[in-house]
Amino acid sequence: MSAALASSRTNGSEVVKELAFFAVIALLMSVMLLGVETVDRPTGLELAVRWDLVLIAIVSTVIGRLGLIFRRESISRLWQAVLITVTAVAVFEMFVRFRELDDRWVSPVVLDMAFGSVVSTILAIAFVVIVFATAYFTMKVQGAVEVDQSKKLSAKIQLTYRSNTKKIGLIGIVFFFIFPLLFGDDRSAIDLATLVMIYIMLGWGLNIVVGLAGLLDLGYVAFYAVGAYSYALLSQNFDLSFWLCLPLAGIFAASFGIILGFPVLRLRGDYLAIVTLGFGEIIRVVLINWYDFTGGPDGISSIERPSFFGLADFSRRVPEGAISFGDLFGLDYSSMHRLIFLYYLILVLALVTNFVTLRLRKLPIGRAWEALREDEIACRSLGINPTNTKLSAFAIGAMFGGFAGAFFATRQGFISPESFTFLESAVILAIVVLGGMGSQIGVVLAAIVMIGFPEMFRELAEYRMLIFGAGIVAIMLWRPRGLLSFRDPTILLNMSQKEKVAGEIK
Amino acid sequence: MTDNKLLEVEHLTMRFGGLVAIDNLSFNANKREITAIIGPNGAGKTTVFNCLTGFYVPTEGRLTLHAEDGPRLLERTEGFRIPRNNGVARTFQNIRLFTGMTVLENLIVAQHNRLMEASAFSIAGLFNLGSYAKAEKEAVEKAKFWLEKVGLYEQADWNAGNLPYGSQRRLEIARAMCTDPSLLCLDEPAAGLNPRESAELNILLQSIRDDQGVGCLLIEHDMSVVMQISDHVVVLDYGKKIADGDPEAVKNDPAVIRAYLGEEEDDELPPEVAADLHLDPKAH
Repeated sequence: MSAALASSRTNGSEVVKELAFFAVIALLMSVMLLGVETVDRPTGLELAVRWDLVLIAIVSTVIGRLGLIFRRESISRLWQAVLITVTAVAVFEMFVRFRELDDRWVSPVVLDMAFGSVVSTILAIAFVVIVFATAYFTMKVQGAVEVDQSKKLSAKIQLTYRSNTKKIGLIGIVFFFIFPLLFGDDRSAIDLATLVMIYIMLGWGLNIVVGLAGLLDLGYVAFYAVGAYSYALLSQNFDLSFWLCLPLAGIFAASFGIILGFPVLRLRGDYLAIVTLGFGEIIRVVLINWYDFTGGPDGISSIERPSFFGLADFSRRVPEGAISFGDLFGLDYSSMHRLIFLYYLILVLALVTNFVTLRLRKLPIGRAWEALREDEIACRSLGINPTNTKLSAFAIGAMFGGFAGAFFATRQGFISPESFTFLESAVILAIVVLGGMGSQIGVVLAAIVMIGFPEMFRELAEYRMLIFGAGIVAIMLWRPRGLLSFRDPTILLNMSQKEKVAGEIK
Repeated sequence: MTDNKLLEVEHLTMRFGGLVAIDNLSFNANKREITAIIGPNGAGKTTVFNCLTGFYVPTEGRLTLHAEDGPRLLERTEGFRIPRNNGVARTFQNIRLFTGMTVLENLIVAQHNRLMEASAFSIAGLFNLGSYAKAEKEAVEKAKFWLEKVGLYEQADWNAGNLPYGSQRRLEIARAMCTDPSLLCLDEPAAGLNPRESAELNILLQSIRDDQGVGCLLIEHDMSVVMQISDHVVVLDYGKKIADGDPEAVKNDPAVIRAYLGEEEDDELPPEVAADLHLDPKAH
């Protein structure tokens, strides 16, 4: 190693200094986060120290930094691979320890595992070998030729993706349709899929406003709330069914979209974002304080569940005169029926949102939205009415938010203003931005990353948010314009989509 | 003669606070003619355009467009309505294309209003009814016509932002023409073009005038363009009209020469300076 370092431009003492600096940073950062923990003992809260975790954090930081130095100094692939393997083992060690949450010093888990039994020894060795091999063969020594090749690969992937967007979309749709057949018994899987699907729908709705029309809306959750409360209140006060309330919720949300749209028409960018943020808060504060009408912070409970298109009921004890879903199809009662029905309901709603958006993009209104995003002054000079164009984007985006809200109310059976905080708006916006503005498939991926992953890895407790944050930072570093930030033209004259993409990549 | 009038500007005044950008300007632009507005920088030429196309509301004055369906008062029309139904189309001094969209899309967006009606405000379009499909086909045909006219047919599927500068200028003109205007306002279309490109531009503008029968209003500093193709020249200086006539007459107008080249210097010299230079001011 010393020979390798000596031959490079940076000398040894500088490297040591740099490593020491990062070790101190790691120490400062980890000493409070990892080093101490409050433990609830019979004698009261006590502080427990976990120096081993701090040590692991420092060691892995130093190794990671050393890796960066190696890259910078173009050290051979072998050394880089060794470093990556050691780092991976250290990180793995940390995670296992996090989950044990043990405050005693124990021998490293990897060693315990490796000497536990023959099988675990093999597994541990296999793990190390796989990491090493992957690192060795994927690592590129910095040099013109290999960088060029990795660029070629990414161009190839892009070309394949963008010339087959439709096929990929179809595969996705088929997968989501057969999802309940694969995981039909798993209550939590269906629940999670439904939740992800709600956010996909909200993301697609907001994509119209932010992605296509370029109007930054930080209060989208307001329309979601309007939809949810419209259904809950109409159903409770007037005894209307879900199927009647669904379009009404959409109409109410759309009219709120127009009400919001009017005052903000002259605003752009940051100013627009602040006003929409305020609008979102107004709706929430009104919901909290208008106690007689909305139930205030208590919310509205026992909201009617949807029936099977008015034909059958999903409850175990069916009310007088109604047929149960099981009887209608000759099935035994199962509480999963309703969950699966709800899943398909939100899937269909989301797909409607998607297809309407895709179709609108190819219509004059959609093109006007995109033109407005590009240059409002040029739009005016071409006779496009900026007022109507913006309002239509707000209204249609809000309408889909309203549909999703009505669905949310009927799924939960209980709503309160707490479900409609600014955080929700931020999450939906993050889904759109992370997915790549205007990209429909990107929204799906981002919704899975943003909603699905944190739920799936719930066992990692609070550390999942740490990983989540790191993931978001990583995505924004590598793909600053979102995961799939490509704009496909709405009409082509003498090129195929494939040629167009190929031309752009060049 | 009155029949031939396309645009009448009467007593146009535009004030920004205390600054008078245009001062009591009156001129006419005729059908099937290219009217050039020239003048030194800051003379208020672009302000005239902004008043005509509804970006500014004039402080005083009347702007009448004699379109096919009768006279229209531009100063009372909301900005975005001016380009509609054979109205006024314009290009910008700093090109304003929809850079992220393709060349073809730029031209189709320009036909927004007609397509919007054909798609029954998106309802017929959503279900892809025949009437809309037909309208869109026509829009593409019109776009193709203009693409060929400005020589960008091969680049139709490029993103507009990737075009070279000269092509962007021509695309912007094509986009304005796709709105079917009766008056086309061009704000320095030859700026940044090389001599060959500006010769092509001359041919394009003449064809717009002669073949399409569209009146053009042209702001330009490039005198080779102005003198060759314009039928009528209006000269502005400090917001006032200082000359108005055919190119030849304007070229020799002393007021114009003064505005461009400055006063003859020895008129300006104070007597003591002239004395220092041993010149007798009375000799001149």
